[in-house]
Amino acid sequence: MSDQILIETRRLSKYFHPRQGLFPSKRGAVRALEDVNLTIYRQETLGVVGESGCGKTTLGRVLLNLARPTSGQVIFEGQDLSALDHNALRRLRREMQIVFQNPYSSFDPRFSMFRSLAEPLLTHTDLRGEALEQRARELARQVGMPEDALSRYPHEFSGGQLQRMAIARALALNPKFIVLDEPTSALDVSVQAQILNLLRNLQRRFKLTYLFISHDLSVIQYISDRIAVMYLGKVVELITAPSLVEGQAQHPYTRALLSAIPEVHPEEKRERIAMPSKAPDAARPPSGCSFHPRCPFAMDICAQVEPPLEQISAGHWSACHLIHS
Amino acid sequence: MQSTPGVEIPPFVEPTLGSPTVAYSEWRLIWRSFRQDKLALIGLAIITIFILGAIFAPLLTPYPEQGRGDPNILEKFKPPSVTHPLGTDYLGRDVLARVLYGGRSSLSMGFLVVIIAVLIGVPLGAIAGYLGGWVDEIIMRTTDVFMAFPSLLLALAIASALGAGFTNTMIAIAVTWWPWYTRLVRSQTLSLRERFFIEAARSIGLPGHKIILTHVLPNVMTPVWVQATLDLGSAILISAALNFVGLGVQPPAADWGNMVSQGRLYFIERPWFAGAAGVAIFLTVLAFNFIGDALRDAADPYLRRT
Repeated sequence: MSDQILIETRRLSKYFHPRQGLFPSKRGAVRALEDVNLTIYRQETLGVVGESGCGKTTLGRVLLNLARPTSGQVIFEGQDLSALDHNALRRLRREMQIVFQNPYSSFDPRFSMFRSLAEPLLTHTDLRGEALEQRARELARQVGMPEDALSRYPHEFSGGQLQRMAIARALALNPKFIVLDEPTSALDVSVQAQILNLLRNLQRRFKLTYLFISHDLSVIQYISDRIAVMYLGKVVELITAPSLVEGQAQHPYTRALLSAIPEVHPEEKRERIAMPSKAPDAARPPSGCSFHPRCPFAMDICAQVEPPLEQISAGHWSACHLIHS
Repeated sequence: MQSTPGVEIPPFVEPTLGSPTVAYSEWRLIWRSFRQDKLALIGLAIITIFILGAIFAPLLTPYPEQGRGDPNILEKFKPPSVTHPLGTDYLGRDVLARVLYGGRSSLSMGFLVVIIAVLIGVPLGAIAGYLGGWVDEIIMRTTDVFMAFPSLLLALAIASALGAGFTNTMIAIAVTWWPWYTRLVRSQTLSLRERFFIEAARSIGLPGHKIILTHVLPNVMTPVWVQATLDLGSAILISAALNFVGLGVQPPAADWGNMVSQGRLYFIERPWFAGAAGVAIFLTVLAFNFIGDALRDAADPYLRRT
């Protein structure tokens, strides 16, 4: 079983401290991630969903070591990233890549697409000259872009085309793991579907493992095998995609998110769970269950005791006091 | 993986790029706007004339040795005439020759000061902005120290501490000048750092110095060139001021600043030799300002003329 695990996090936390000026702020640290334990299996897509500010982007950045965790560990193929030295980490960068939300700022405006694709190859491989150009053309083809795209500059492309090139760049070093940080949220719907299908095809072809971050549950449902729902830096529910589609989500937050997906058929009416106001300040999280001020089912215990993430059934975990009552 | 029922996924479409657009480089756009600015073109012409005059001074004047400083007492205080178009000075030297040779000192001083300030200020600004934290803090507090003094006063103090001379004066002015570039580049870098391509470079594993050299610096240089052009005029003005008070190049070598200084005693009766140097300073500073203003407008997409 353990060799099927690609990445594991152990009590991973990341706090952002407000800048200390002349007069120290009364605000505490922003807890972007708190005690996150996640396992990502090889060749699966783990979806991460949550509102803005819930820590999902931070999770992706910490997994790739683009941000250092405050505490806890990221274990990639059995290696603890925090224990690796600078050079070992740089070598490990080949194995994990990222695709960003905004394709328009993902490329250096002064770099041709060829230069952008060649950059990772020049940094980590010995490919030069004709071999390098060949590899770049191959990458462009793999993401469905014509070869003459390589001689062009970022401003000549549409968002969808740029996102394809960003995926090509992420593929350049044959990584095992790719963090997809809202790769489709800047694109219009028809292009979104193309990119999602491209990502699926590439995953099968190159045996990739994805961490797919999104605030859009319908996208997440479509692409993911398992889904982690995050709220204020914590994973509140972990569920397989089929169970989510079948409506087996337990956590009130997940159910509220699900009820917010627009209905395809206008006659079908569904219970709409309304959440009051917006998410609380991550620097001052509520006591007990951090969702309790917005939860329609909040009980007395919710304000006092934080519910642990407990297994409900195979592959389904939830952190809510309702499970026991 | 399962597909959501009821959602048709459109078939995979090969994207087309259409006909190639003409890729205008940023500098080409800037030039297209710049050349429509008449004042800027006049400025460019003035600067070109002064630079060519300084370079080819020995060929342009029949009195190159006077330009370098040899006196010719018998001819002193001659008003402008055919043989001496701008007259002669208090040692009988041809003023046109002096202005041309003085331009060598004044113009090269201006350019060298700005080049040194850019070479010091730009890398420091990029490092401060990219790394942030205590490195940023140290660099920026250092610039604050330098910027707390009026630059002329600080340059005056440094130049007199180092002693007079072309090199020392140049160093003195450059030392007061670099912090402005550090500030400018730092703020540019801070906004650049939020763009994803910098993070993409980090996720590739590109080392910090390479990110700064290949991704940060090329993207922050446009405002630096604009600022540098505007500063050329100011640097020439400050160097003239230091030369006026006797720091900088020493007589008999010519500099526009020391020519004004030498001529000021005779200015009421014989205004031509202080006046000629003064007009030269005035025209170059004005010309650099015209060019810099036009460049600034041309580099700004909102003000750019099309």
